[in-house]
Amino acid sequence: MQEETVIHYGEHPTVMDAKELTLNMGPQHPSTHGVLRVKLKIDGERVTDLECVIGYLHRGVEKLCENETYIMVPPHLDRTDYIAAVSNGLGYVEAVEKLLSLEIPRRADYARVMLTEFNRIASHLLWLATHALDLGAMTVFLYAFREREEILKLFEMHCGARLTTHMFRIGGLHADLPAGLLKKAREFCGSFEKKIDDYEGLLTENRIWIQRTKGVGVISGAAAIDIGLTGPPLRGSGVGWDIRRALPYSVYPEFKFEIPTGSSGDTYDRYKVRMQEMRQSNRIILQAIDGLPEGPTMAKVAKVIKPPVGEVYHSIEAPKGELGYYVVSDGTTKPYRVRIRPPSFVNLQALRQLAIGHLLADVVALIGTLDIVLGEIDR
Amino acid sequence: MENILSGWVGALVVIPLIKIAIIVVGITLIVLAMNWIERKAIAHMQIRLGPMRVGWHGLLQPVADAIKFLLKEDVIPERADRWVFILAPAVALIPAFIVYSVIPFGPGKTFIVTDINIGILFLIAVSSVGILGIVLGGWASNSKYPLLGALRSSAQMISYEVAMGFAIIPVLMAVQSLSLVRIVEAQKELGWWFVFLAPVGTLSFFLYFFCGVAETNRLPFDLPEAETELVAGFHTEYSGFRFSLWVLAEYANMITVSSLATLMFWGGWLRPFPNVSALSFLDVIPGLVWFLLKMSAFLFLYIWFRATFPRFRFDQLMRLGWKVFLPLGIVNTMAAGVILLYWPGK
Repeated sequence: MQEETVIHYGEHPTVMDAKELTLNMGPQHPSTHGVLRVKLKIDGERVTDLECVIGYLHRGVEKLCENETYIMVPPHLDRTDYIAAVSNGLGYVEAVEKLLSLEIPRRADYARVMLTEFNRIASHLLWLATHALDLGAMTVFLYAFREREEILKLFEMHCGARLTTHMFRIGGLHADLPAGLLKKAREFCGSFEKKIDDYEGLLTENRIWIQRTKGVGVISGAAAIDIGLTGPPLRGSGVGWDIRRALPYSVYPEFKFEIPTGSSGDTYDRYKVRMQEMRQSNRIILQAIDGLPEGPTMAKVAKVIKPPVGEVYHSIEAPKGELGYYVVSDGTTKPYRVRIRPPSFVNLQALRQLAIGHLLADVVALIGTLDIVLGEIDR
Repeated sequence: MENILSGWVGALVVIPLIKIAIIVVGITLIVLAMNWIERKAIAHMQIRLGPMRVGWHGLLQPVADAIKFLLKEDVIPERADRWVFILAPAVALIPAFIVYSVIPFGPGKTFIVTDINIGILFLIAVSSVGILGIVLGGWASNSKYPLLGALRSSAQMISYEVAMGFAIIPVLMAVQSLSLVRIVEAQKELGWWFVFLAPVGTLSFFLYFFCGVAETNRLPFDLPEAETELVAGFHTEYSGFRFSLWVLAEYANMITVSSLATLMFWGGWLRPFPNVSALSFLDVIPGLVWFLLKMSAFLFLYIWFRATFPRFRFDQLMRLGWKVFLPLGIVNTMAAGVILLYWPGK
């Protein structure tokens, strides 16, 4: 696979007899979402084999984390899955709190749930936008970005940043929610259901959309578990595994929501699952706003954080799947090891299995349906 | 001066040359205008503003773009088949303009370069040559994405050409002529535009227009240049002036398809209900304006499609062409034959 031979077109004797064409897609391609490179072998338009080449965005985040104190780590993690920076922060902060056996105030927990669910919506909106654009539906892209913008404005109100938010601190929030944020959040949630109807109006019943997604990239529940898929790609295959339910963290047990699942495990089902998830997130946010307790937003935490010697693995349901942090403490102010289990990295493994036998155009749809972020894959 | 215009030199050389010049300039202007309208219309459908900086509401944006295209470096890939690469855009562009020689833009001999008795056959034959340009361009680039784009477009355009032919035949059977002028005149004598002759005329129109959209590589049939799959398809390697020729050819073809749809199914330069004298006040508006209005409506439809639909996949597109449009076209043609045979009077 790795051998590189230079072929001069003029001297190539068998251009007309060649069965397979090797096509290099990415890292600069309009729809490989970042710097993913896919080496495709195609027979006409049909994909016979493919290989993902990653590493173009490797920055050594895990190693960097070993050289920072515990409170200096989260900004690096914001830059792994930069679409869902809030979720990344939540996973790490909760892992360290577990290591410290720290109880955090309920108001902080509720605010965290609200903000991470907002982030889930923002992430799914970006997925919807790019996925639809990849299949040629340009207008959905801009509609979805309109709503995402509102969510980013809410983040900006709270912490001043839109993308790399560094939203949570070990022990709670850096500040209470600002005045007016709840009102704006409620306004957003009130109108958002209708906006989802708009997107669905353009796609769900659209015959071209159905033709492009139904039966494309089918993976059975068992195969999905074998390959380690998590998040919407797994639930699209009918496996109702959501860490918010299966291994509850934060205050999720106190909320009412459903885990949408698909049945056939194709691209259309994964699309439906994510659309439903946005509605469920909206529900959770409204419950969090209604039930937000009064009180402090920061637990009593020492200025210098020195967790006892030990290790912890904590996983949360990030928008893209199971996001796990394995943090090892050697009793100093710096973590001995921070290992990230990124959902995108594992989910990308399925691409080869999904794409073989499909057409070139489907590869684009499949990269979209897996919802990968290269910042998280390469770290 | 009068002598020149009235003699055979005038009739055969000078006047046609003037008309050709007007058409070439006019079509180019329509392309520029459409470029602006397309950007603005799609922008507003997508809740954004579109071009705003160059001129009033970006009105001069197409001009700025044209200047940019002309000034940009013309890159020819090192391993490209040089001459074919250079000639391909011309092969696509020239037929796209030649077809206008048989299109009547209004009533009488003034608005048409030449009314030949095989007008529509000539038009279809010439516009088919344009496909060759795309194939050549994709092949000469010697690059994989253009090659795939060219493969797709040759398969797509040839398939839809067949279905399109069957969509046109009922009209020709009804009119008993291949001349576009005659087709419009027949609609005047009938008092109805052909599109209202349900079901055959209506079906023919829809078949024709969808095949036309597919022929011109526009969404939802824009596979040859599917941006998210093939980068830019057959014109990936083209830049600067040569790229602008591709764009010009594509838009010129869109105008041709819209013009033909207008002429064959929507009464060309005729006003609505051409034989109802109560509506004769509408005759104040010249035929040319009616024609341009109808044509613009179809061009707007193109834009609307682009903002609304996702893209077909290659196999689905082929299935649609061969298994849906073509059988429908054949059945429609046969129905037209039966109706014309047994129709009393006509």
